[in-house]
Amino acid sequence: MTASAFWLVRLRNLFAVVMLFGVFSLFAAALYLVMDAVDVAFTEAAVGAGISTVLMLGTLALTHDTEKVHKKPSPISLILVLITGGVLVYGTFDMPRYGDKNAPIHQHVANRYIEKSGQEVGPPNIVTSILASYRGYDTLGETAVVFTAAIGVLAIIGRVKGQGMPTSMHARRRNEEDEPEEAAPDAQDAQISTDQETKS
Amino acid sequence: MMIEKTLLRVIAKVIIPPIILFSLYVQFHGDFGPGGGFQAGVILATAFILYGLIFGVSIAREAIPAGATRIILSLGVLLYAGTGVVSMFLGGEFLDYSVLAKTQLGGQHLGIFLVELGVGMTVAGAMITIFYTFAGHVNGASCSIERRVNPNGHAPNFIERRRNVDG
Repeated sequence: MTASAFWLVRLRNLFAVVMLFGVFSLFAAALYLVMDAVDVAFTEAAVGAGISTVLMLGTLALTHDTEKVHKKPSPISLILVLITGGVLVYGTFDMPRYGDKNAPIHQHVANRYIEKSGQEVGPPNIVTSILASYRGYDTLGETAVVFTAAIGVLAIIGRVKGQGMPTSMHARRRNEEDEPEEAAPDAQDAQISTDQETKS
Repeated sequence: MMIEKTLLRVIAKVIIPPIILFSLYVQFHGDFGPGGGFQAGVILATAFILYGLIFGVSIAREAIPAGATRIILSLGVLLYAGTGVVSMFLGGEFLDYSVLAKTQLGGQHLGIFLVELGVGMTVAGAMITIFYTFAGHVNGASCSIERRVNPNGHAPNFIERRRNVDG
């Protein structure tokens, strides 16, 4: 996994980078699997190694295959990255050991989920009952985020050309009213969706 | 080149039905094993995206039109939030499924089922929509995704031509 990460940084051909990114995700999924987080591993394999690879390929097809080589890296950025990395690594020293039963995460609500979810919610898979029932609001929020991402993509590049609703609406509007106002609302839409994408 | 393409097509045809079946399994068996709406939605979307990559996006659009994916995308969120609202009307709190059926466990089961279905629909719809949007763009420019996988691209062109003639 580390090797593929270093390789990723060195590569300049973005097609290879995307493929290697998929490999990296697959390694991550295997790691989650080893840590018994089956649901997370499942998601990582499907999303990280599957869908996002395809979407990044789509993006590549819209842009270029090769990364632009910048001027020499400046020492300031190297120092900043080293400091940030050092602080992050230092932060991990405070984390409880893997599987430590005194860790805060095992002291809070986890026990209740494990003991009571069978009587309160039912499904044998506790992850499902936590996600869908105990944490229903969060999952609703996540669903809304996915929804917003799709709407954002549609709003940004869905209406420029091609088939489908946004374009035809666009065209119709252009035909109906001759259009001093048209530029303004469009720009606004794009602005909003960019914001939403950043959030999600 | 031709052999590779035939291989791709045959293998895709063989594995797409199991992918869809597996996504349904993950969707409805998520209560008992690993999985749930999110993973199921992604897997279902993968089936259609694979189809689109290999047979051409315009043919995939005939299998599941872009408008339909948008409706599915929105219906999913509506189903999720609607479940919450219904449980409010039945006297519980928002997203408190226990009141949906006679027993608490039955209500929870129904609620989780509906909610996971909503998540699955939204995720599948979103992924396919995003793929269509990207691919439609590329298609309009000069279709490099399709060229990369399907260098000749006879079938999509044919379909497109026919569609243009039809109006």
